[in-house]
Amino acid sequence: MSTADVAIDRRDAGERARRLSELVFRMRELGIVIALLALIAVTAILEPRFIEWDSLKDLARNASIIAIIAAGQTLVILTRNIDLSVGSVLGLAAFFCGDMLSNHNMPIIVAIALCILLGAMCGVVNGVLTTFGRVPALVVTLGTMYVFRGIAFVYTDGRQINAETLPDSFLNIGTGTLIGIPTIALIAFVVVLIVGLYLSNYRSGRELYAIGSNDAAAKLAGIRVDRRVVGAFVASGALAGLGGALYAARFGTVDATAGTGYELTVISAAVVGGVAINGGVGSVYGAAIGAVLLGCITSSLIVLRIDSFWQQAAVGALLIAAIAFDRLVGLRLDAALRQRSARRA
Amino acid sequence: MSNTSNNAPEGRGSDGGASGTGAPPPRLALNGASKSFGAVHALRDATLELYGGHVRALLGENGAGKSTLVKTLAGVYRPDQGTVLVDGEPVDFHGPLDARDKGIAIIYQEPTLFPDLTVAENVFMGRQPLSAGKRIDKGELHRRTAELFRALGVAIAPERPVRGLSIADQQLVEIAKALSFEARVLIMDEPTAALSGNEVERLFRVTRTLREQGAAIMFISHRLEEIFAICDHVTVMRDGAVTYNGDLEGKTTDDLVRWMVGRDIDQLFPKVASEIGKPVLRVERLTREGVFFDVSFDVRAGEIVALSGLVGAGRSEVARAIFGIDRADGGHVEMLDRKLPNAKPTAAMRAGIGFVPEDRRQQGLVMDLSIARNATMTRMRSLAPGGIIRAARERALASEWATRLQLKYHRLDDTVGTLSGGNQQKVVLAKWLATQPRLLIIDEPTRGIDVGTKAEVHRLISELASRGLAVLMISSELPEVLGMADRVLVMHEGRLTGEFSRAEANEENIIRAATGQKEEVAA
Repeated sequence: MSTADVAIDRRDAGERARRLSELVFRMRELGIVIALLALIAVTAILEPRFIEWDSLKDLARNASIIAIIAAGQTLVILTRNIDLSVGSVLGLAAFFCGDMLSNHNMPIIVAIALCILLGAMCGVVNGVLTTFGRVPALVVTLGTMYVFRGIAFVYTDGRQINAETLPDSFLNIGTGTLIGIPTIALIAFVVVLIVGLYLSNYRSGRELYAIGSNDAAAKLAGIRVDRRVVGAFVASGALAGLGGALYAARFGTVDATAGTGYELTVISAAVVGGVAINGGVGSVYGAAIGAVLLGCITSSLIVLRIDSFWQQAAVGALLIAAIAFDRLVGLRLDAALRQRSARRA
Repeated sequence: MSNTSNNAPEGRGSDGGASGTGAPPPRLALNGASKSFGAVHALRDATLELYGGHVRALLGENGAGKSTLVKTLAGVYRPDQGTVLVDGEPVDFHGPLDARDKGIAIIYQEPTLFPDLTVAENVFMGRQPLSAGKRIDKGELHRRTAELFRALGVAIAPERPVRGLSIADQQLVEIAKALSFEARVLIMDEPTAALSGNEVERLFRVTRTLREQGAAIMFISHRLEEIFAICDHVTVMRDGAVTYNGDLEGKTTDDLVRWMVGRDIDQLFPKVASEIGKPVLRVERLTREGVFFDVSFDVRAGEIVALSGLVGAGRSEVARAIFGIDRADGGHVEMLDRKLPNAKPTAAMRAGIGFVPEDRRQQGLVMDLSIARNATMTRMRSLAPGGIIRAARERALASEWATRLQLKYHRLDDTVGTLSGGNQQKVVLAKWLATQPRLLIIDEPTRGIDVGTKAEVHRLISELASRGLAVLMISSELPEVLGMADRVLVMHEGRLTGEFSRAEANEENIIRAATGQKEEVAA
């Protein structure tokens, strides 16, 4: 029996199934890139100033914080969990960072590192309650969302951090440029790249996909599921902490309500970017493009002088469209496969 | 696959025993193993051994204890008595990972893969080859996966995702996975059940290759012709016990069937004679692509028709299509000479069909609600004029049925989960009988019910039929089928392969039809 013979009798059926499923896999990220380009094109035609360099820099700055936190959120969603506490972690870290810099004269780099650590600790709480406490992540992080926000209110005690009290070199991270590109966007780019490389090239990264794809099979394959899930939550918290520091640098003004509602924007970015809410599928690059797309919608509606209320509706519609599209493609694929195996039998 | 011993220390009769002197010990053996779940003895004093370079068949009816035996070898269950031996040494598995570490790989009927990841990642998950800096070496990963598939003689691209692969290809991915951690024992649980002819051929080619390389293989199948095509030894089980354990050579299909059946009908089925009337249900050429084909039969008033066959033959699926839970792709269902619309359970209910599903806990009852609420659920509308349930009416109806079905309960307000299996089944029956159906479809009426209550459920069904109810009963238990049915229909791989009157029906001809041995298409 030669391999060639086998290959020939297999080619037809195998090839078609392969093309079909590859198409589906590529479409997830391709679709959103097309949507993004279409949006930019339409807005640019109606208002050419939209694609001026300054305007694009602004766009990049706006999407950066969301993209960074969405990178962490992607790690969590891949394991079929969710982290709703990121907005509160951001708020807590943003005020902490501003407080350390304006009232305690801490070196910038140390303050940012402590923000990341603070976020990571919040992530530990989420992860441990989810895995060892066996409480669904949705409930755990819904709870900690309020708890962390509450801590932020106690901590700020009604105070507010103002841009004047923050060092200029810190504010520069949020508003300045490095080799002509916004610094904050460069940071986001590096974060997304690191998380992306981790997910595709390291065992533990691939295991996150395995856990979300088939939890039971992951256990059978000897994957330490609990440890990986906690790790994902810690990373998500740490990146939300970093996001908090960058929030302070970008806006200068921070109070206890900073980042309220960010969790939903972040999750939307990931889902619009093709990260399956049921886990196992998606990439951090898709989530980052999703963040840019959401930012772009906001800016283009402002540029086009459309009522800001429509912005929320547009984001919502996009979210539903993205999920419905995913589901539709999935159903089509299942139906096609059923018919195919029926014909073969 | 290093060991290539070709010894065949076999040929013992059904006495079993693992005493091979001189010859190398079996790779994997089970010695006098028993396992009980509550009162059910799933495995009784079972002994079998697997040798390198040989393929053993494991045969038995539904519920004969095959899966319990496999799960014991896989480390999923620990035997209550007896031992598992690897290379003659007793081992104590604490979980499937322990068994895997000893080189035992199980290929389940439903592959346990990661659909979203590539084939290569599935094969090497957690054990991917690494390059410098602990990065996954993707080139090496794909090369090694391709190598495994080459050794198996199949062409599956390592870099494609598993989603979209046929079941047959997914099984081969599982086999490649087993090879990748150098499994020395390969157990395949009904691998051919979902495969087409070509795919089965390919699997056999792979199996023979592995056998030549010295693997010990066990193969579970209901298709007797396949067993003769590939196996060297055979173990037959019945009622949790091994009835034959030895060489396959010189044995005939008749021998195998005889060892599989011959169960004692140790429970009394109080069958009440009933007058059989006009057809109530008529199924015409019902088809669901890839599941069942061209199924035609009728059920008459007062008649109990049993739908027999092996698990996976498509029986429950036919019932679901009749009741409208699943859409039929062809053919139609007539109830009292009126055609039922496709895929509309409410229409089926209105036409007078009651459906008692196979899985009581998931589909038949709401475990957290009270007995009364469950028993009257189908009558909710008439109990709740204006949308508010009248508790008094609900209780009255529930207690009426509880008395009629001799339900054993503490209070009607207790949750239904507190009842025993048999009494839960009575509640499901009450729920449907309250709708005064003309046809009752019952899927596995006595699964998981203790012997005493079993007879009571049988009595009930029989009595209902004698009052003119048409009953379509799906059952995997032959004694139940033989004891209860006026007529037996047998399915094999989605098609009706036999129809027997009560007088004609016996275990042998049902098993034959169920395993596709005799093509006797229903009239």
